[in-house]
Amino acid sequence: MMKKNAEVLLRVENLKMYFPIKRGVIQRTVGYVHAVDDVSFDVKRGETLGLVGESGCGKTTTGRTILRLYEPTTGNIIFEGKDLTRLRGEEMRIIRRKIQMIFQDPYASLNPRMTVEEIIGEPLIVHGLAQGQKIRERVKELLTLVGLNPAYVDRYPHEFSGGQRQRIGVARAIALQPDLIVCDEPISALDVSIQAQVVNLLEDLQRDFNLTYIFIAHDLSMVRHISTRVIVMYLGVFVELADRDMLYKNPLHPYTIGLLSAVPIPDPYVEEKRERIILAGDVPSPINPPSGCRFRTRCPLAQQICAEQRPAWQEVAPDHYVACHFWQESHSLKRR
Amino acid sequence: MSDLLNVADLETRFRTREGVVHAVNGVSFGLKEGETLGIVGESGCGKSVSVLSVLGLIPMPPGEITKGSVKFQGKDLLRLSQEELRHVRGAQIGMVFQDPMTSFNPVHTIGKQLTEPLEIHLGMDKKQAWQRAVELIDMVKIPNPEDRLKDYPHQFSGGMRQRAMIAMALSCSPQILIADEPTTALDVTIQAQIIDLVKSLKDELGMAIIWITHDLGVIAGLAERVLVMYAGYIVEESSVKNIYRNPQHPYTLGLLRSLPRLDMNEKKRLISIDGVPPVLFKKPKICPFVSRCSYRIERCLKENPKLSVVEDNHKVACWVDTAIGKERA
Repeated sequence: MMKKNAEVLLRVENLKMYFPIKRGVIQRTVGYVHAVDDVSFDVKRGETLGLVGESGCGKTTTGRTILRLYEPTTGNIIFEGKDLTRLRGEEMRIIRRKIQMIFQDPYASLNPRMTVEEIIGEPLIVHGLAQGQKIRERVKELLTLVGLNPAYVDRYPHEFSGGQRQRIGVARAIALQPDLIVCDEPISALDVSIQAQVVNLLEDLQRDFNLTYIFIAHDLSMVRHISTRVIVMYLGVFVELADRDMLYKNPLHPYTIGLLSAVPIPDPYVEEKRERIILAGDVPSPINPPSGCRFRTRCPLAQQICAEQRPAWQEVAPDHYVACHFWQESHSLKRR
Repeated sequence: MSDLLNVADLETRFRTREGVVHAVNGVSFGLKEGETLGIVGESGCGKSVSVLSVLGLIPMPPGEITKGSVKFQGKDLLRLSQEELRHVRGAQIGMVFQDPMTSFNPVHTIGKQLTEPLEIHLGMDKKQAWQRAVELIDMVKIPNPEDRLKDYPHQFSGGMRQRAMIAMALSCSPQILIADEPTTALDVTIQAQIIDLVKSLKDELGMAIIWITHDLGVIAGLAERVLVMYAGYIVEESSVKNIYRNPQHPYTLGLLRSLPRLDMNEKKRLISIDGVPPVLFKKPKICPFVSRCSYRIERCLKENPKLSVVEDNHKVACWVDTAIGKERA
């Protein structure tokens, strides 16, 4: 799989994305949703970086900001030595060829009035990579690659099942031979038996075309399966980052521990013996997030300092980062 | 012990513009007192429609229950009037649905919606009903029950709404709680809270539960017995432990293999089930799973297998003994 010290493909530094809340007739800004609040990470070439967390934690916003689908409030996004946040027009368009996205909802992300050829062919035309009859040939080739019948080129999205539509979305994403694909919950809308089909497809394509993925999901079992490294997000911040096996074997942040403990295991014998750490309460509002550590309101280890100081993002073991004042004590949760 | 609820040969169809969809095709099962029964399957397998048919909640038209009986306390629920059914639903069978937002009326307070069934079904006056509502909200562990009852549904978070929904379903101490994907819309830590709550309420109150889900993980920790549904049929039925340790139907096997497990260390390729579930416009004469099945034999293309006993407490609808890959004797 990934080599140590692999080349860094994308570097994100101090990324913040605040969405203004506007009220009243003159649309005055009355506050901000702190969707992503100062996160930094690297994506290495050839890896799958998993980004997990519950709804509203900012994982999708992080992914979309990388493609500048949102204009970040502050921060740098460095790809091939260029800061994407500073690129304009044509320069950004060229870079977008190398960074593509697969969306969550295969029903909403394909234009119902376009045929498969038009959907998958559009990026080829926009980027001037094919013309005329060549487009049709390339689209057929791409359909074969994603496991669809090339004879379907003239069909419309509604003629396909959810899983097949997601394959069309994948074909569109790989049409430009990108380096990086941001997969935003690509399987959440699919049935269990279809999820495995799409995940296997993504893994095959990664192997064949040396793709790098940022895989955003809330399903921890699937993230563990597909990822090389995993980042856990909570309310706009990173709480932990580690190699997939390390994160699952030795989680250090109380939230990661609680999250892993909440995932049901499809085995009644295991479930019978499992002791759950149930995190109390709900995720607070990102409009007015808790001071200090964002997780403190639900954390069983929280103390005074957690309300006063935001915990540092520190590397506590090689390639294992955690943001918690009491990470050294968190193992007590696991034994309980 | 005799069954508390007995569903026999239930068939439900929907008339659509494309044709008559055979959503439920002869489903039979029993529910014992205090038992937790899990019904698993993917979207469109008929798991929700089966249960909604039992409760008389299928919109007719386009829906139609063409066959079957549902015995509950000596009565056939399919033959009751809407009025009689309403009493059964409110007082004896409680329900919780997937979407806790649309299950509540947004223009009334939680308190009003919680006290209403108490006044109607149990004949309480306003004050008694309010008192009971406070107890119920407290029972589902929502803090400050007195204040929260005055809130509107939008003021509750998703998890809290589902707690309130459970409180409402249990308000008249029903013998059966039917939960249709109650945690699907919730985050995993909130799901864990809700499952934990339901388990402790069950220990306390002793009701039977039918829990419908597509999540094999949730069922593993919750149910005692499991029905696996596919294309409107029950394809496998057994105790929860048996289903997971000794799955026999190729579909059940496929589902379990296609799931990555959080507690599995080695990275293996997932084994997916090819193809997609069928939409049945006719009652199939052959096995509905055959086009996706890797075990198929000649007979599967000729006859649709019936759910039959293969060992103690274990029924499977398949011609093939998947353990040996040959036709069952």
